[in-house]
Amino acid sequence: MAGLRALGVLSRITVRHRYTLFSARTHVNYEVKGDVAVVRINDPTSKVNTLSVHMQKEMAEVLGEVWSNDAVKSAVLISSKPGCFIAGADINMIQACKSAEEVTYISQEGQKMFEKIEKSPKPIVAAINGSCLGGGLEFAIACQYRVATKSKKTVLGTPEVLLGLLPAAGGTQRLPKMVGLPSAFDMTLTGRNIRADKAKKMGLVHQLVDTLGPGLKGPEERTMEYLEEVAIECARGIVNKKIPLTKEKGMMQKVQDYVMSFPFVRNQIYNTVQKKVMKQTKGLYPAPLNIIDCVKSGVEQGSDAGYLAESQNFGKLAMTTESKALIGLYHGQVACKKNRFGVPEKEVKTLAILGAGLMGAGIAQVTVDKGIHTIMKDTTLEGLNRGHQQVYKGLNDKTKKKSITSFERDTTLSNLTGQLDYSGFQNADMVIEAVFEDIAIKHKVIKEVEAVIPPHCIFASNTSALPIKDIAAASKRPEKVIGMHYFSPVDKMQLLEIITTDKTSKDTTASAVAVGLKQGKIIIVVGDGPGFYTTRCLAPMLAEAVRVLQEGVDPKKLDSLTTGFGFPVGAATLADEVGIDVAAHVAEDLGKAFGPRLGGGNPELLKTMVEKGFKGRKTGKGCYVYQPGLKSKEVNMELNDILESFKLTPNPAVSSDSDVQYRLVSRFVNEAVMCLQEGILANPVEGDIGAVFGLGFPPCLGGPFRFVDTFGADKLVEKMRRFEDVYGNQFTPCPLLLDHAKDPSKKFHK
Amino acid sequence: ILSLITTCLVLLTAKSKKTLAKPGVKNVVLVEGVRTPFLQSGTTYADLMPHDLARAALQGLLHRTGFPKEAVDYIVYGTVIQEVKTSNVAREAALGAGFSDRTPAHTVTMACISSNQAMTTAVGLIAAGQCDAVVAGGVEFMSDVPIRHSRKMRKTMLSLNKAKTLGARLSLLGSIRLAHLSPELPAVAEFSTAETMGHSADRLAAAFGVSRQEQDEFALRSHTLAKKAQDEGLLSDIVGFKVPGKDIVSKDNGIRPSTMEQMAKLKPAFVKPHGTVTAANSSYLTDGASAVLIMSEEKALAMGYKPKAYLRDFVYVSQDPKDQLLLGPTYATPKVLERSGLTLADIDVFEFHEAFAGQILANLKAMESDWFAQNCMGRKAKVGAPPLDKFNMWGGSLSLGHPFAATGCRLVTTVAHRLKKEGGQYGLVAACAAGGQGHAMVIEAYPQ
Repeated sequence: MAGLRALGVLSRITVRHRYTLFSARTHVNYEVKGDVAVVRINDPTSKVNTLSVHMQKEMAEVLGEVWSNDAVKSAVLISSKPGCFIAGADINMIQACKSAEEVTYISQEGQKMFEKIEKSPKPIVAAINGSCLGGGLEFAIACQYRVATKSKKTVLGTPEVLLGLLPAAGGTQRLPKMVGLPSAFDMTLTGRNIRADKAKKMGLVHQLVDTLGPGLKGPEERTMEYLEEVAIECARGIVNKKIPLTKEKGMMQKVQDYVMSFPFVRNQIYNTVQKKVMKQTKGLYPAPLNIIDCVKSGVEQGSDAGYLAESQNFGKLAMTTESKALIGLYHGQVACKKNRFGVPEKEVKTLAILGAGLMGAGIAQVTVDKGIHTIMKDTTLEGLNRGHQQVYKGLNDKTKKKSITSFERDTTLSNLTGQLDYSGFQNADMVIEAVFEDIAIKHKVIKEVEAVIPPHCIFASNTSALPIKDIAAASKRPEKVIGMHYFSPVDKMQLLEIITTDKTSKDTTASAVAVGLKQGKIIIVVGDGPGFYTTRCLAPMLAEAVRVLQEGVDPKKLDSLTTGFGFPVGAATLADEVGIDVAAHVAEDLGKAFGPRLGGGNPELLKTMVEKGFKGRKTGKGCYVYQPGLKSKEVNMELNDILESFKLTPNPAVSSDSDVQYRLVSRFVNEAVMCLQEGILANPVEGDIGAVFGLGFPPCLGGPFRFVDTFGADKLVEKMRRFEDVYGNQFTPCPLLLDHAKDPSKKFHK
Repeated sequence: ILSLITTCLVLLTAKSKKTLAKPGVKNVVLVEGVRTPFLQSGTTYADLMPHDLARAALQGLLHRTGFPKEAVDYIVYGTVIQEVKTSNVAREAALGAGFSDRTPAHTVTMACISSNQAMTTAVGLIAAGQCDAVVAGGVEFMSDVPIRHSRKMRKTMLSLNKAKTLGARLSLLGSIRLAHLSPELPAVAEFSTAETMGHSADRLAAAFGVSRQEQDEFALRSHTLAKKAQDEGLLSDIVGFKVPGKDIVSKDNGIRPSTMEQMAKLKPAFVKPHGTVTAANSSYLTDGASAVLIMSEEKALAMGYKPKAYLRDFVYVSQDPKDQLLLGPTYATPKVLERSGLTLADIDVFEFHEAFAGQILANLKAMESDWFAQNCMGRKAKVGAPPLDKFNMWGGSLSLGHPFAATGCRLVTTVAHRLKKEGGQYGLVAACAAGGQGHAMVIEAYPQ
């Protein structure tokens, strides 16, 4: 009996053992269908497939078996995840490396593997559905043939540059050969996503497969099967020589090839691209320049040189602070696309917006195409008409770009109701007010709205500076009141700053975040206070900018100093975009709240500008003169008289170009750190994300907190002390910053 | 033993219901149905106009029934691609066919189920007690379709009308560019999705895993059965048509039974290169017209006519015009069966519109699928697919041709004729239509 039982245990062990042997591979598997091996990729631990060490190891094993199996004549490479082919290399794998050599090694391993695939004696067909990015794309283009679905989720691209890196598994070498130099540069330098139909036109994929509706299975499942069936057919076709691998070149292609055969033409392209990159990046981003270098090496000196340059440059780039900053932002962005407040009790199906101005209509624009019934209310027919036109234009532009059809545009617009009264508000789940920034008007509006909305309805204010608790003071139900600070233009700016008071309920916050995420926003949730986080950081910097202007630096110079530091928009232009009146308003409000510490230049300067009608772009004149139809802008000469009357004498000790830059930036950064110190910010990650995506803080610096970490708090404090000597407490470093300066081991980011 | 066998037989043939007559509801009957021969577009009918074809069908109906013109209360006609000169083609055709100018006529349009809509409109008029005798029908003329000037050109031409001075006219004429001259061609494409129907059919076939071979086999079946029916003289709804300046046409000209080998040679017509829908397994562009006489039973009997069939319950359905464009029959069949209290087994004769072989086979698979019934139709279980030995036994749109708006009447008349010929009691018509719509109707044989 005992013996039997022992036997039983033994057999169970062997069975389990055999089972583990059989399914030893978790990420890559294959089955042989006739003479075609179907290799399936599926990372069981994640929603997306990444080329991790583990994935690569299993892939190498599987391909080895495929190559040595005589019954197999060809292979199909497909993902088991419907929305993702391979989303790229595993970023953590690169971040874990301590030296450039280690990263170069990773690149070389990838290059070797893809070279084997490229030289595979058995044709390999990549069957692509969903994202095929970075290393995933490099994998696909190493295959002999590519079939992709027309799904909207199918995108191809090399986004490495956005992380301060480059496509390092042969991407910079294969792409120019496949799509030509101009397209290859476009792809690798912009990192933009390419949709399937465009990819087909470019020659990046060979064949497209339609997406299918429901049949005997769900649409996604069946589409994947169909893709596989077509890919298998292609693989067989290639083996039978029915499908040629070299495409007959068209006339245009032949001409282009001929033109490109002249070194002179190629050099011209390199130079043009180089100039363009320098103009756009001010030389602050090393990755694009390195990409040009790699492509050039490959084309001009042959593949060996090209591959070597690619792997070495990749190693170097991975160690740069720029890349680390950009990768930090990437992680932050992912974190800020999650709702840490849980699922709201009630989904927002009807959203009402008060005010059809630039902001109100912008919010409507990003809401109405998400299947949310959107009510846009204004007080005048003209305002409503303008707002409606803005929403229409936004959608119509998408139609022109063919990202939606005119029919989709129309059905989307049918979800928008424009009106002058409060009818239908009884069905609203959320109201966002975007009326004039005046506490009295806000109070009036909140009372009117609360008389008509249902009890569960959330009231959100799109104010940029008024404390939410002051607005909520007029509310009967402050737990339902929250701030949702959008940035202009709403459809372009990715950030949404959500402001909670100590009375705001958690469910209200969860609901606001859920709506923001649906609108496609990156979200930071901050505490209440004058200017919250973003406006509060911007205010001292703009105050400083005013002082710089008063000290005789002209707007163009001010802009070039700020963009030279990495801000995408110069300080003077930014003030014009925000509106001089808004800036004056905010400066006054925050000045009252924080006292002279937030001062800088003379606030009267802004007021005088407003009085003269120089309110920025919207009135055609601000720091610059804006003429419709003209892209270039000239400095507003009438501003000189005003500046003259407010003239200050610069102190040469703190007025070098670099000093001016640091005066502007240090005040921004110090205020950000103070927000963390005061608990306005929940963590440094949100601080960085908010500054970069809302205010255009230089992405290459990764945000104010990462900037302090890399630049060194001590060095920053040292600079600030120097400025403090001249200008006083406006440059006094906050205690938290001082802590970090004292102890270099203290970092905001681990 | 004998009694056991008879019980079995009785059980086998027993219907859920003896008749579909409903108390308090007027019996509406099909008295007669005719059609012109269906010809491939661009052939013998090429020089006609749509209302000429409709006239031929209407005259044929009058001729065959000997019905007094003035007794026709109303005329409803279906058409899809409209000739702009005869936008109410019903009225023009009726006048041209010698109907009384006191008989009102209107035109309906609902893509491939336009004449079904015409017939059900007639049923409604009779059931509501407004009319006793209504002529319904449909016409499609694909040999000539309205090709328009480009929008830019149209705009210029319209402004030209308003231009007062020579200078204004000249400057308008001067604004015409080469791009203005490219014409706008009509396409058999969905407005909402811009997808052509053939492309959608190919995707549908793929979604249901219908192979190229299955489609070719079904198309071959359709042509073979149509040929047989033609040879045996079963297509008795055809009325001959003397085309001015040409011969009398008395036969459909698109029936061409081929071989599987020949059909396999064709390249896919829409989804290239791996699609499965080809010219051979799709219905083709066709010219033709049809007409039926629908009456209240009492009036028909009073006037001495023996009806061919009762027109019973009918439904219209609609669904997603992108991924389920051609699944009308799948949605309509269970609904109409429920409405009339029948099961699929009660139906003796099925006539489904064959837009594409792939579309029919996809519908059959969908009707056989519990997954589809549960996940897409919100039903507990599948309704089941019609048995093929009762299905389109005299050919279908694939072989006989498919003049869009004329097909519906052909289906209904064929059901009536087949019920009589095969001795069945209930027949079912189902069809899909552009816009993601569908229709089904139950027809009951008139007692012999």
